[in-house]
Amino acid sequence: MNLYELPNWLEWLTALLIVIGATFALIGSIGLARFPDFLTRLHAPTKSTTLGVGSVLIASIIYFSVVDSFSLHELLVTIFLFLTAPISAHLLAKAALHLDLKRVEHTQDQRHQVQESQDE
Amino acid sequence: MTKLLPSPLLSLFLLLFWLLLQNSVSAGHIVLGTILAIIIPLLTVRGLDFRAKLHRPFRIVEYLILLMIDIVQSNLDIAIIILLPSRNIQPALIEYPLDIQGEIPITVLAGTITLTPGTVSAELNHDGTKLLIHALNVKDHDQMIRDIKQRYELRLKEIFKC
Amino acid sequence: MLIYALQYAFIVFSVALLLNLWRLYQGPDLPDRILALDTIYINSLALLIILGIWHGTQFYFEAALLIAMFGFIGTVAAAKFLLRGDIIE
Repeated sequence: MNLYELPNWLEWLTALLIVIGATFALIGSIGLARFPDFLTRLHAPTKSTTLGVGSVLIASIIYFSVVDSFSLHELLVTIFLFLTAPISAHLLAKAALHLDLKRVEHTQDQRHQVQESQDE
Repeated sequence: MTKLLPSPLLSLFLLLFWLLLQNSVSAGHIVLGTILAIIIPLLTVRGLDFRAKLHRPFRIVEYLILLMIDIVQSNLDIAIIILLPSRNIQPALIEYPLDIQGEIPITVLAGTITLTPGTVSAELNHDGTKLLIHALNVKDHDQMIRDIKQRYELRLKEIFKC
Repeated sequence: MLIYALQYAFIVFSVALLLNLWRLYQGPDLPDRILALDTIYINSLALLIILGIWHGTQFYFEAALLIAMFGFIGTVAAAKFLLRGDIIE
């Protein structure tokens, strides 16, 4: 372990960002474990984990910019995650609809009305 | 000029990407990054089968800030739903009629919907006029559709002019 | 202060990874498992970044970037396989 000294308020800010990020990641994983069907499970990790990792990466940017030279490359991972999270979520939702997985009973489905009206 | 730089925005993006990846702005990296930023678009321009025209580029910044605020907001909402012990959620599959056209605007809108409050875009129908959205907890469908239209789609319409 | 935050983050991310593993084991369907794997990738990426801060080195950054890329490609390939029964058409 090899932590450097930071100015006091920056240390608090970094610590706060890390704690927020870790908490959101945990909440996302709890949602993944607890929600009743696949399409609702999809909501938890795609959002909470992205924000959780995002704030951890911002904390890393602040920390290394202060103790080392100015460093922004963690921004690449953040941008990459924010660009790719919707794509994988979209593909997984598509796959789940294609396989017609079980949904919780009170899921309101508007598709059937529309499909019927298209058939007419 | 157009021959050497088929898409200036892509070149600028590649140069920035290279500098971020190397994590330095020394002269050598700028030269190497510029060479890559010229060569890569020249090699890949034939594969570029879509073009996006930005009519109001500066509205993008406003859009991104709005998106950032909404992402934080949506995370708080989802966190509350996850942590509350009661399981009283009302999921729904909703057809969303699209007003905008074109691959890039629809892609941006679908990504926005996935990143924001309790909604995941699930499928685009074959002629690109309706988007199927799965919502985690929704009371009033029409209200939700109106919200998305006013908050995101109108702004995207202005940015892409379509 | 930072030390306690980092220790908290290590514990919390480990619990999150255990929850993901439980979902990976539990299923019940293939998309659930793919989603659990995707979440594992993202959580371990964050864990690597935290480890980088803990050791005061930036060498873990490249590993984190590679995990992000391979995780995304793996998720897309698996989802495409479920959709079409084929990855390369």
